[in-house]
Amino acid sequence: MSNPNGRFGVHGGQYIPETLMNAVIELEEAYNHYKNDPQFQAELTALLNDYAGRPSRLYFAEKMTNDLGGAKIYLKREDLNHTGAHKINNVLGQALLAKKMGKTRLIAETGAGQHGVATATAAALMGMECVVYMGEEDTKRQALNVYRMRLLGTTVIPVKTGTGTLKDACSACFREWTNRISDTHYCLGSVMGPHPFPTIVRDFQAVISKEIKEQLQEKEGRLPDVVMACVGGGSNAIGAFYHFINDPSVRLIGCEAAGRGVDTAETAATIATGRLGIFHGMKSYFCQDEYGQIAPVYSISAGLDYPGIGPEHAMLHDTGRAEYVPVTDEEAVEAFEYLSRTEGVIPAIESAHAVAHARKLAPTMRKDQIIVINLSGRGDKDCAAIARYRGEDIYE
Amino acid sequence: MSNLYKAFANGKAFVAFITSGDPDLETTERLVVAMEEAGADLIELGIPFSDPTAEGPVIQEANMRALAGGVTTDKIFDMVRRLRRTVKIPMVFMTYANVVYSYGSERFISTAAEIGIDGLILPDVPFEEKEEFEPICKQYGLDLVSMVAPTSEQRIAMVSKEATGFIYVVSSLGVTGVRSEITTDIGALVKQIRANTDTPCAVGFGISTPEQAEKMARLSDGAIVGSAIVRIIAEHGRESVPYVVEYVRSMKAGVMRGQEA
Repeated sequence: MSNPNGRFGVHGGQYIPETLMNAVIELEEAYNHYKNDPQFQAELTALLNDYAGRPSRLYFAEKMTNDLGGAKIYLKREDLNHTGAHKINNVLGQALLAKKMGKTRLIAETGAGQHGVATATAAALMGMECVVYMGEEDTKRQALNVYRMRLLGTTVIPVKTGTGTLKDACSACFREWTNRISDTHYCLGSVMGPHPFPTIVRDFQAVISKEIKEQLQEKEGRLPDVVMACVGGGSNAIGAFYHFINDPSVRLIGCEAAGRGVDTAETAATIATGRLGIFHGMKSYFCQDEYGQIAPVYSISAGLDYPGIGPEHAMLHDTGRAEYVPVTDEEAVEAFEYLSRTEGVIPAIESAHAVAHARKLAPTMRKDQIIVINLSGRGDKDCAAIARYRGEDIYE
Repeated sequence: MSNLYKAFANGKAFVAFITSGDPDLETTERLVVAMEEAGADLIELGIPFSDPTAEGPVIQEANMRALAGGVTTDKIFDMVRRLRRTVKIPMVFMTYANVVYSYGSERFISTAAEIGIDGLILPDVPFEEKEEFEPICKQYGLDLVSMVAPTSEQRIAMVSKEATGFIYVVSSLGVTGVRSEITTDIGALVKQIRANTDTPCAVGFGISTPEQAEKMARLSDGAIVGSAIVRIIAEHGRESVPYVVEYVRSMKAGVMRGQEA
C-alpha cells in the first residue's frame, strides 16, 4: 500500500508550519533509509522480542465464545506487552530511529498515558531525555500513569489550554517541536499528524496483523472473518488491519468512542459525527462546528478522546474497506466488567470498546466463523476511574 | 496581483496583527481604523481558531476570548465590509487551514476578495500544500502569503521564487510571542530571499519594541507585530484604542528610523 506525497486518497498531507518542514523531510529520509536496513530491523526485532515480549499471544476466549453463542472469539493480547499496551511497538521503532538520526531528546503527547509511559520507557532504555505533554484533565483521570512516567525519569507537563485533553497535548507537542528541532524527535503516538507519521506509525504497528495472520493460520488454518479494534487516532486498529487489507473476505471493524451517544455533543465518534477538515498536520475527518472550529469531544476513555482519525482510516472508510461503529461509555464499561468476569482479563477501557461491539456481533455470526479482537491494552490504569463511574469512591 | 504591494510602496512597512473579535468586533473595528491613522501600512486580521498551533499563549488566549464571545467567520466578513468603506490600507486574513477549508475554500476566498481583503496567511499551509488554496486565491486576486523560517535553508529559493504579495519571514524558532532577543541572522536570511525574488519581505514573531522594529526594518522591508498589540488589548479591553494608537505610533516611528538608516 503506497501513499505518494503522504496521501491516503484525499486524506493525509503535511499541513504544518514552514519551520517544521525540514524536520519532517529529514525524518522521512531517515525512515526510508533505515526501514530497508537489515541492521536496524534486526535491532528493532530484538527489542520487540526480548524487551517488549513479542510476539504477543493470540488467545482463544472460549468462555466468551460459549457465552455469546456465535462466532469463535480470539483476543490478540497486546495488553501483555511490556508497559501494557500496543504503544510500545511504535515507540521502540521511533526511539531507535531518532537515536540513529542523532536526536537526544524525545517529546510525546499522551491521552490515557499509555503512549507517554511507553515513550518514557524507551527514553530510559536508550538514555534519552524525555518530556511528555498530557492534558490537565487527563493527568487527573490517569494519575497513576503520570507517576509511572516520572518514575521513569520523564518530565510530565500538564497542558491547560483548550479542553485539557489529548488534542491539546498534541498541539502543545507541535508547538514545542517548532521551538526545539535540532536535538528533539516528536515521538507521535498514533497514525495521525503530518506525513510521514501516519505511515511510520502504521508500519511499526503492522506487526500486530502480521502475527495475527500467522498465529491464526497455525491454530485454525485460515483467515479470520472479522478483525476489530478500538479507534481514536487509530494506531492499534491500523496495526491489526494492515496485513488483512488485501484479503477482502476479512471484515475490518473500527470501534469509535461515542461517549454519551452520537446524538449528543459529548462524543468522540469522528466517522459518525465528523466531516472532512484539516488539522494537526493532516486532512481527514474531524469533529467540528460549521465554521471549522474543532469540537470539544468527550469519551470516558482518555485514549480515544480525540476529535480526529488517522488519514488511512479515513480512506478505508471512504472506500468501504473498513467499517466504523460507535460504542458508548456505558457499553464500554459493561464490556470492561464482562471480559474481567468472563475471561479473567481486565481490558483497557479503550480496548473495551471493541469488546463491546464483539458482544453484539458474535451472536449474529455462525459458530464456524472467527472474530479477532485486538486487545490493545490492559485495564489496570482504568480501575479507579471505572469504579468512580459505578459510584465507588476509589482514588489511586 | 492584489493591492498588497501598496503596503511596501512608500518605504518600510509596519504590519499590525490583531485577533478579530477580541474582546468584541466593535472594538476590533475601531482598532483597525485607529491603527491606520496611527501609521500602520498593512493590517493582519486574525480569524480565531479553536486550536491555533502556531501561536504562543498571548494570541492563543485572544483566540479563546474571541470565540467565547461568539465571533464567527461570517460576522468577521460583515465587519470587513463596514471597514472597507473608510479603510484604504491593505488588509489580509490570518487564520488556519481548517477555517478556510471548512467554510468551503472557494466560498471563503471569493467572499474575502469581494469584501476587500488582499491576501491570506495560513501558518499551517507550507509550500507543499499550497495547491489546496493558491489557485483559488489567484483566481480571485488574493495573495497567499509565503513564509520563510530560520530552518528553511535549502527551501528558501523554492519558496521565494513563487512568493507573491509579501514574504513573511519568521524571525525565530517556536510560536508567536514577545521575545527579548532575536538571535537568528535575519540579514543573511533576507539576503537569500532577495537573491531569488523582488517580492518584499517583512519580519515577524517576537518583535515588540521600537528598537527591534527599527532593526528589522533596516534588515528587511518591514516589521510585523502581533502579540505585543494583543497584549495591550488583553489588558485594556474595550478601552484599548488610545493605548494601541500610542504603541503603533511608536513602532511606526521605529520602522521609519530603520528606513532612514
